Amino acid sequence: MKLTVNGRALEVESPPLATLLHVLREELSITSPKAGCQQGGCGACTVLVDGEPRRSCLTPLAAVDGAEITTIEGIGSAESLSKLQKAFNETYGMQCGFCTPGMILAAHALLQRTRRPNRREIETALAGHVCRCTGYVKIVDAVQAAAGGRRS
Amino acid sequence: MAARAPELLVPKSPAEAVRAFGTGTGVTVLAGGTIVMPELVAGRLAPRKVLMLGHAKLGGVTRAKGIVSIGAMTPIEALVDGDEPLAIAARHVADVEIRGQATVGGNLCSGPGEESPRGDLQAPLIALGARAVSVGRTGKATQPVEEFVRTGRGRLLLSVEYDDVPRAAGYAVSRRPHSHHYTVLAVAAVRSADGTRVAVTGAGPVGLRATSVEKALAAGKSVEEAAALVLRDVGRTLRDDALASAWYRGRVLPTITAQALARLEETS
Repeated sequence: MKLTVNGRALEVESPPLATLLHVLREELSITSPKAGCQQGGCGACTVLVDGEPRRSCLTPLAAVDGAEITTIEGIGSAESLSKLQKAFNETYGMQCGFCTPGMILAAHALLQRTRRPNRREIETALAGHVCRCTGYVKIVDAVQAAAGGRRS
Repeated sequence: MAARAPELLVPKSPAEAVRAFGTGTGVTVLAGGTIVMPELVAGRLAPRKVLMLGHAKLGGVTRAKGIVSIGAMTPIEALVDGDEPLAIAARHVADVEIRGQATVGGNLCSGPGEESPRGDLQAPLIALGARAVSVGRTGKATQPVEEFVRTGRGRLLLSVEYDDVPRAAGYAVSRRPHSHHYTVLAVAAVRSADGTRVAVTGAGPVGLRATSVEKALAAGKSVEEAAALVLRDVGRTLRDDALASAWYRGRVLPTITAQALARLEETS
């Protein structure tokens, strides 16, 4: 099976019914997608599949053969944070950080579709993402700030 | 993963999917994966054969010759701006990511969940008078959705279709908010030139048609009188699960039904 992960074309050897989450974490050692509930309920494993946010824990490898996968590493680095990552940092949109990669990728996909989303649109886009420590106000603030909204 | 890797079949067209499914014996169908994948990963499901439909070109909504046809692999998100009351029910399913992955076919074929009801699309489809087109041991069949969800286990759903006619729609839902919403109970009602159809999701193992309510409406009974009869239709099948007890569902269902019918009146 072939995947392009954060711009790198790769051949992967995991079984075709292995989850994309398993492939990323165990075969490719990309651990930013988190193994949370592993039944689609928490959003911590979210990655972008051809630009669309998808739960990697629910996605079999065979379904994404040839697809382009983006993890949080694909939209920014420690040296060069993306606008969203900076905004999460500046608005304290995280505490433990477990949900943050999924949150930011879902928000990234939203901002690709909607340049200036309102709070309701942000809440809808992040509805499947659970944060158990920060609460959601600062997370929504961060997305709005990244979009150049009034909370910036 | 299961101890022994199952044989994986990946059809590239509807015809290949039908051939690969055969009589359906020993085949587990993998559509969007939102229900089947956790079962596979946890080892609760250890199939011999898995038929993955992701590349079988069974998705998409078409409108032609007075019929709306929705392919089994159409993601639920594709319905959120479509015909009511299907669209509002689709908008109530989980969240945008799950809706982008979960399919119409999975919603009709996965059977009841243990902790919460499944099949949010069943009531609106039944109310729309939709028909399920499937293949299986007895060949190809087209049957009402309310019949398919009861008897269609072991068949491969290809599409659902309903008449593209003028109609009014009403929908009411009792939800439990979580990270995303779970539907506890929902009622869909549709009025067209053929009369009013009413259906319920979340009361029993699968969606069902509320014929007592329909007959009462046809006989000129008030919304409240007709709605109270919904318990006759679901009677002994009321679900008792982690979201709500059977007692609670029994108390709430007539109210939800009346709300759906009131909204139907508003749009008629």
